[in-house]
Amino acid sequence: MKDILISASRLGVSFGGAVALDDFSLDVPAGSLVALVGPSGCGKTTALRVIAGFETPTTGTVSIRGVFVTGDGKEVPPEKRNVGMVFQEYALFPHISVEENVGYGVRGADRVQRVHDVLKLVSLTGHGSRFPHELSGGEQQRVALARALAPDPDVVLLDEPFSNLDAPQRERMRRGLRKILKGAGATAVFVTHDQSEALAIADIIAVMRDGKIIQTGRPDDVYEAPKNPWVARFLGDALLMHGTVANGSVHTALGDVDTPLPPGTLVDVMVRPEWIAPHVRDSGPGKITDREFYGHDQRVEIQLPGGELVEALVPTRNRMTVGDRVSIELVDAIVYERAADSLL
Amino acid sequence: MTQAESIVEIDIEPAGTPTVPGGTTARKNTPWWLWAAAIAVLAPVAIPVLFLFARAFEATDAAWDTLWSFRTLRLIGRSFALTALVTMSATVIGVGGAWILARTDIAFARVWGVLFALPLVVPSYVLALAFVSATGPRGLIADVTGFATPHLIGLPGAWLALTIATYPYVYLITAAAITKIDPALEEAARSLGASPTRVFRTVILPQLRPSVGAGALLAALYTLSDFGAVSLMRFDAFTRVIYAQYSGRLDRTPAIVLSIVLILIAGVFIWGEQRTQGKGSYFTRSAMRPPSRYHLDTVQRIGATTALGVAVGIGVVLPVAVLVSWLVRGTASGADIFIPWRAIRGSLTAGSIAAVLAMVGAVPIVILTVRFASKKTRWIERGVFTMFSLPHITIAIAVIAFTIRYATPVYQSIVVLGLVYASMFLAQATSAAKASLLQVNPALEDASRSLGKGPIATYFRVTFPLMAKGLLAGGALVFVTTLKELPATLLLSPPGFTTLAVRIWSAADEGLFARAAASSLILIGVSILPVYYLSIRSKDSLGV
Repeated sequence: MKDILISASRLGVSFGGAVALDDFSLDVPAGSLVALVGPSGCGKTTALRVIAGFETPTTGTVSIRGVFVTGDGKEVPPEKRNVGMVFQEYALFPHISVEENVGYGVRGADRVQRVHDVLKLVSLTGHGSRFPHELSGGEQQRVALARALAPDPDVVLLDEPFSNLDAPQRERMRRGLRKILKGAGATAVFVTHDQSEALAIADIIAVMRDGKIIQTGRPDDVYEAPKNPWVARFLGDALLMHGTVANGSVHTALGDVDTPLPPGTLVDVMVRPEWIAPHVRDSGPGKITDREFYGHDQRVEIQLPGGELVEALVPTRNRMTVGDRVSIELVDAIVYERAADSLL
Repeated sequence: MTQAESIVEIDIEPAGTPTVPGGTTARKNTPWWLWAAAIAVLAPVAIPVLFLFARAFEATDAAWDTLWSFRTLRLIGRSFALTALVTMSATVIGVGGAWILARTDIAFARVWGVLFALPLVVPSYVLALAFVSATGPRGLIADVTGFATPHLIGLPGAWLALTIATYPYVYLITAAAITKIDPALEEAARSLGASPTRVFRTVILPQLRPSVGAGALLAALYTLSDFGAVSLMRFDAFTRVIYAQYSGRLDRTPAIVLSIVLILIAGVFIWGEQRTQGKGSYFTRSAMRPPSRYHLDTVQRIGATTALGVAVGIGVVLPVAVLVSWLVRGTASGADIFIPWRAIRGSLTAGSIAAVLAMVGAVPIVILTVRFASKKTRWIERGVFTMFSLPHITIAIAVIAFTIRYATPVYQSIVVLGLVYASMFLAQATSAAKASLLQVNPALEDASRSLGKGPIATYFRVTFPLMAKGLLAGGALVFVTTLKELPATLLLSPPGFTTLAVRIWSAADEGLFARAAASSLILIGVSILPVYYLSIRSKDSLGV
C-alpha cells in the first residue's frame, strides 16, 4: 500500500437544509489519480472544495500528509494548503498573459524556468505571451492545469475538467491529462459525472451518491463487481432481473445462477451485455431481432422464448445477423439481495 | 443518464444573463419621427450649450483676459486639487467598503450594506452645513461639550463633505461589479497561495477597473460640478466663482468664459477615464454560486466594523444629530421655525415636473437606442450622458444666456426650469428604462404587429406596459435628484419660486442654522422614500 497523501474522514456538509456531504471518507494514495464520480448534485464538487479549503465542513476532518487542515479545531485557509485546483470554467485571470497566469503561484529565482518547464509539459511552449481569450478551450484547460501544477502542489484537484470541451477535444485531453499528471508525478483528484471518463483515466474511482461514497476501488474491480445494482447501472449497461432463491440458485430467463443466499430471498440478478455470449444454433431458443455493428464489436438484441428482449455485446468474429437463432451462455452474473428500500 | 445530465447543465449555464436578444434585432427602417422625437428631447439643453460656445467668440478682450489671469489659473488648480483629493478618498472608501461587505464574513453585512449607502440621501450642502455648524470654537460640539474642535471649513471641510457625498456612488457601482466576478478566479488565486491582499490587488482590482473607473469618474464630475458644499465651505472652486461672477456683475461674459473652461475640464475627465480603460478582455461570467468569504480574525473584525461605523457615523448619524440639535435649540430659543410649506410645494412641483418630463423624454430615446441601435444612435446616448455630466451651473448659465436673447417670454419660467432638470437627469431615466426594455422580447412587438396593430398602437399596448416599471424607477430617481439640485435652481427659478434646497442653502449661508436644519430634515425625509423603493428593487443586483 502506498502512502496516504490526503485523508478525508467522515465529512459532513449541508447548505441550508440540503445535505451535500454525509459521512464522506476518502483516502488518496500518493501519486495516484482518483476520480470522484456520481450524478449531478451528489456532492462531489463540494467534497473537492472542502479539501481545497473553500468550504468548511460541519463535521469531519481532512489531513494532508498527516497534518490536519480541516477539523480537529483547525481550518487552514486555502492559500496555505499547497493544493492546486483546476476549475470547471478554468478561472484563468483574463487580464494577464498565459505566462503570468502560470507563474502566479510560483515564487523564487527559478520562476521563469519553472513557468517554461510547465508550459512545455502541457505542450504550450511559445504561447506564454498570449492572453486567455486568445486560446481555444483545450488550450485554456492546459493553461489551467499548468498553473495548478506550477507551484508543485501536494495534490491537484480538478473540477469536471472536460465538461467545457467538445467531444473530439475531450477524447484527446483525456489521454493528455493522464500523461501530463503522471509525467509530473502528481497526485490528483478529479470530479466527473461521466462514468466513462472516470473508468478511462483514473487509478481509483470513488462512486458517490447523495453525499456519500458508495464504493471505492480500481476501475476494473468496481465495474466488474459493483457493490449494488445502482452502482452497476451507473457505471455501465446492466440488465437486472428479479428472482427468488431456491435450492442455492436463482432461476432467470437467461438460465440458473448459483448463490449462497438462503432460499426464499428476493434478489436482483445483474448481467452486463458482454457477459451474455450468444452462439448461433439452428435449434437455439433465442432469436436475434436487431443488431448494431461497431467494428470492434457488435450489440445484438435477442428475443428469449418468454418474449423478453436482452442485449448482448459480442466480439465481431462471432458473425450473426438479424433472424439468426442462438443459444445463450451466461459468462458471469452477480446476485444482489433486494433491499427493501431499493431505489431502482 | 449522462446525456440527460448534460442537458440539464446546459439549461443552467446562461444563468444571470438575459437570454432575450432584446437589442440585437436588425431593423432597417428607423421611423423618422423617432429620430425627430429623440433630437427634440436633447435640444432644450444642447442648443443653449452650443450657443454658449458661440457666445464665447463674441466675448470682449477683457473677458478673455479674465481667463488667463493668475486668479483663474489658481482657480483651476484649486478645483483640480479638490477633485483629485475627493476622488481618491471616495474611491478608497467605496471600493474598500464594497470588498469588506461582499467578500468577508463581517457580521450584519446586509444591514451594513444599506447603512453604508445611506449618505446618498444627504445632499452635499446638508453635509457641509452639518460640519460647518458643528465644528470650530463657536460650533455645536464646542457648545455642548466645551471642547472646541478645529473648524471644518475651506479645503478640508469641502474634501470631507464631498468624500462622504460621493463614496456611495463608487461603493454601489463597485458592489454591483464585485458580485459579477467569477468567485473561481479568487479561489484559483488562493489555491495558488496568494494572500488576501494579493488576491485583492492582482485579481479583484484588475477585474473591477472599469467599474472603479466609472465610479471614480462619477465622483470626480460630482465634485467638479458641486456648488452647494464648496460655497458653504467658503472654498473658491470653479462653481462658486462662476456664481459670484454671474450674480455680482452686469457683464456676464466672464461667467460664460469660466463656464466654458469648466465644461472643457469635465470633458478632459471623461476623455481621460475612457483612455484608461484597458484593452484586455474583461469577460467575466455572472457568478452562479456565492463566493467564499474571508474569515476575519478578531482584530480585523473590529477594524473593519470600526471603519464602516466611522463612515456611517460621519455621513449619516452626525449630520442628522446636528440637524436635530439645531432644530431643538432653535425651537427652544423661540426662533421662528415654521414649516416651509412654500419650499416644500416648490420642491415637489419641481421634482414631479422633472420626473414626468424625463420619463416622457426617455421613451423615444430608449426605443431608438435599443430597438434601432446603430452607430448613429450611439451619439444620442453620448448626448444624454454628456448632459448628465455637465456641471449644472454651466447648463444654467447657458440656458439663461440663450433664453435672454432668443426666448425672452420663457426666461426664468417654470417650464424652462423643468426642462433643464429633465435634461440634466435624463440619463437616470433612460438607463433604468433601457434595462427593462432589453428584457422585453422584440418578438412580442412583432406578434402585435402581425395581429394588425400599427407601430404606435404596439408601443402603447405592448412596449410601454412592459417597460413601465423600469421607466417609473427612473422617474423616481429623477425626482429625488431634482429635490437636491441647487445651482440650476438658484439661477433659473422664476421670481417667488423656491425649493427646500434653495432655502437650506440661503439659510445656511446666512448662518441661520436652525432654519436650515428644519428644511434639511424634511428634504432627507422626502428623498428617503424613493431611495428605499429603489434599493429594494435593486437589492438583488447589488448583492448587498
